[in-house]
Amino acid sequence: MAPESNDPASPAALTRKDFVSDQEVRWCPGCGDYAILAQVQKVLADLKLPRENYVFISGIGCSSRLPYYVNTYGFHTIHGRAPAIATGVKTYRPDLSVWVVTGDGDGLSIGGNHLMHALRRNVDLKILLFNNKIYGLTKGQYSPTSELGKKTKSTPAGSIDYPLHPLSFAVAVGATFIARSIDSDTNHLAWTLEQAGRHKGSAFVEIFQNCVIFNDDAFKDATDRSVRPDHTVLLEHGKPLIFGKEKNKGVRMKGFGFEAVDLGGNITEKDILVHDAKNPDPSYAFLLANMELPELPVPVGVFRSIEKPTYESMLHAQIAKAKQSQGEGDLRKILFDTETWSVTA
Amino acid sequence: MTKEIQEVKDVVIRFAGDSGDGMQLTGMQFTNTTAVLGNDFSTLPDYPAEIRAPAGSLPGVSAYQINFSSRDIRTPGDAPDVLVAMNPAALKTNLKDLKDGGMLIVNEDAFSETNLKKAGYAENPLGDRSLSKYEVYKIPITTLNANALKETPLSKKEAERCKNFYALGLMFWLYDRPYDVTISWIHDKFSKKPDVAQANELALKAGFHYGETAEIFRKHFRIPKAKLKPGVYRNITGNEATALGFVAASKLAGKPLFLASYPITPASDILHELSRHKNFGVQTLQMEDEIAAAGAALGASFAGGLGLTTTSGPGLALKSETINLAVMTELPLVIVDVQRGGPSTGLPTKTEQADLLQSLFGRNSESPVAVVAPATPSECFTMAIEAFRIAVTYMTPVIYLSDGYLANGSEPWLIPEPENLSPIAIKHPTDRTTFRPYARDERTLSRPWAIPGTPGLEHRIGGIEKANVTGNVSYDPANHDLMCRLRAEKIARIADDLPPLSIFGKPSGEVLVVGWGGTYGAITSAVEDLQKEGHEVSSVHLRYLNPLPKDLKEILSRFETIVVPELNLGQLSLLLRAKYLVDAHSLNKLQGQPFKVGEIIAGVKRFMTTKEVRQWPPNPTTRQAQPR
Ligand SMILES: Cc1ncc(C[n+]2csc(CCOP(=O)(O)OP(=O)(O)O)c2C)c(N)n1
Ligand code: SF4
Repeated sequence: MAPESNDPASPAALTRKDFVSDQEVRWCPGCGDYAILAQVQKVLADLKLPRENYVFISGIGCSSRLPYYVNTYGFHTIHGRAPAIATGVKTYRPDLSVWVVTGDGDGLSIGGNHLMHALRRNVDLKILLFNNKIYGLTKGQYSPTSELGKKTKSTPAGSIDYPLHPLSFAVAVGATFIARSIDSDTNHLAWTLEQAGRHKGSAFVEIFQNCVIFNDDAFKDATDRSVRPDHTVLLEHGKPLIFGKEKNKGVRMKGFGFEAVDLGGNITEKDILVHDAKNPDPSYAFLLANMELPELPVPVGVFRSIEKPTYESMLHAQIAKAKQSQGEGDLRKILFDTETWSVTA
Repeated sequence: MTKEIQEVKDVVIRFAGDSGDGMQLTGMQFTNTTAVLGNDFSTLPDYPAEIRAPAGSLPGVSAYQINFSSRDIRTPGDAPDVLVAMNPAALKTNLKDLKDGGMLIVNEDAFSETNLKKAGYAENPLGDRSLSKYEVYKIPITTLNANALKETPLSKKEAERCKNFYALGLMFWLYDRPYDVTISWIHDKFSKKPDVAQANELALKAGFHYGETAEIFRKHFRIPKAKLKPGVYRNITGNEATALGFVAASKLAGKPLFLASYPITPASDILHELSRHKNFGVQTLQMEDEIAAAGAALGASFAGGLGLTTTSGPGLALKSETINLAVMTELPLVIVDVQRGGPSTGLPTKTEQADLLQSLFGRNSESPVAVVAPATPSECFTMAIEAFRIAVTYMTPVIYLSDGYLANGSEPWLIPEPENLSPIAIKHPTDRTTFRPYARDERTLSRPWAIPGTPGLEHRIGGIEKANVTGNVSYDPANHDLMCRLRAEKIARIADDLPPLSIFGKPSGEVLVVGWGGTYGAITSAVEDLQKEGHEVSSVHLRYLNPLPKDLKEILSRFETIVVPELNLGQLSLLLRAKYLVDAHSLNKLQGQPFKVGEIIAGVKRFMTTKEVRQWPPNPTTRQAQPR
């Protein structure tokens, strides 16, 4: 695609508009992808990096079209492989801010292996998984996150695959930043994306995304405005897991798990779990990731955010060390520094 | 008493033993010393796929053959003059190759009842007359070695492990080579285990002195230096040369090399070698699979790097989707395929050259990529540089076809002076007023390589069809037609940059032998022998398989008969027939082994004496008549 004609402003002065490309956006009217795109563009401006330093890499699916619509460098690649390709980009050019856009089918089905390895290596990638619990682009087959019994064109009798929890998966493979947000919750989404953008290491964000065509209202139970306060809980580091329209409910430990309780009587705020996103023990994040309706509210926010050296920083440190101890590579040396013999005329 | 020395021109030795016996190491040490002495040589390691097949079993035999000479040689030799067999299984599997009257040196101690049984011998062959046509030396190597190491603190078992060095010492004496190169290697290698180093040194020297003093060998041999082109030489395997070629390409391009790979025999050594050169800025990533490896390499190319991925046949199959993405996005990417035997896992440690058609056509839709193939182990260096030169000049993936024979085989290499290598020119556009992602260079038709981080050049690429010039997503039928033709034409134009073919022999005549890849040595030697016999036979060797060199068509037309020896069932000949409408005859072998010179001579002669038109594809009876 041709570059935009507008001059790049200084990063500090960039606005959302600077990240809008000249390409016509072609999602179905009402698709949750529009809202996500808008927040992504806003956050890129807020992060205040030079526009040319952002790179968007995607796989295949409706969501994976997103890079075409963002006025930065972009690479729309092949089904499921974006994390691997992004690993190459980020490792080769650690100065770039690399974002991966993927869907639940793209990231967890065909690309599950690559997603796992990008996360466990802690490559500094911002991975946005648009979860609509369906295959959109191929017109409505069930996906790895679809619920058991889901009736689709490929499962007329109901799906018999147990669904995968994207966040438990991310915890299990050692992701250092794990978050969840909702397409329609603009402010929360922007805030979450910004946290991810500022994280040093692989950041994994699951975004509940509504596919109006093939899986409308898939997240209605949690995200519908009327029930959202009672059915979701906001995770904020250092704050108790209190939720409900009246802020009268909370989550507390029970045995090896959690339970939702009503505040009042002898249950006070002191009994409620205080969110610790920096807890190095993954079992806590795992329990959070598995919270489900109807017993527990659905958590949104940052589940986990811990510091670990990134893959590319360790690789480049090894290179720097090798250069320091062996000197800058000298071709003559590696060609000739071995058993050689001379032949004279 | 010093024994008589006889001068000989060339010798082929094969070391064979159990895979736990260190035969590859023995062979390589013999080679290194031979290199330093200034002989020309060529080697052929042959080892089982199992890391440790049951000791003493037939499938567990590991062998290493070296042909060394005072003359110019090109192959590891058709048949050994000397076979060193460390156990009955090694004897059983290798004896059929030994020349009649050849020298057979066996470790007599290993011919125990159990070992004989494991090798399927009913009688001890050392006791009967079955070996009478050979010059047999039965030497109790295990015992002699144990005696030599009595004083060392090593356990019996540890001491026994040194017996390959005892055998090596003996062979050093027999062929009049000094042992000091190996001794310094031993001390380097075992610097942390001085006891082991000392024991190996003792074993080596004891073997050497045994040859000198024991009353079994009456004479030994000397092979004078070869008359090679003046210069500084080293010994090099194909995989080493490939890796060093890529490091050189990175220097010549002034850009870090980025290798993402997934281990697979026989390509892994390239990953190993490149991982050692971090001080060149080489980034090596061991990815989760071949798909990821190709992806990461392409990601690095998109980001402006020299993206490289290395693999063998099964891995190439997995990479095809990414290669197609590189075709669509017109990004440089080098894919090394060190071909091995068979479809699927096949014969993982054996050689073959049957991935040519996969490289050319093994992807969905019209997907032209450049394909190159080195001809000798040392040429892997220059072809690796060539691969990147083509990739960045034409913005295309380039498949580099090596094979197991080239990869592991070694030969002397006249080391080039780095100053004499030509730089690889790379331009990254920066001018935002003129930049169009799919605008094309007039000559090469390549698009500009604009890289992330360049202000004002922000753009998006991907696998969906592109509009020419703008690079916008396009479903326009006419544009797709145009783009398919442009991509094909771009690859075809690489031929403008290729050197003319050199014909070995007369420029026209009765037979032209056309080869590609690692069969070069055997073909050239065979053609040379045929010429000496007075036959009108010439050969050309193809290093560029796509596009084919421009002068090939005309050269083919000057010969009556075209013969194409290949370690496959006729892939290049299929191509030549399709492209040039010539009656190219196939000479095929699929045994996991390289061609012998004799097989090619015999094969070519068949096509010379019978001039009737041959059937295509050859029927089984025709094939029967071919070398096996
Ligand atoms: C190798 C390969 N296999 C299959 C497809 C077809 N395909 C395209 S998108 C897709 C699923 C996308 O689902 P998801 O990731 O959930 O994205 P969505 O469209 O819902 O955003 C499939 C199966 C393809 N493009 N490539
Ligand atoms: S099919 Fe669904 S996910 Fe795809 S664009 Fe339409 S609404 Fe969005």
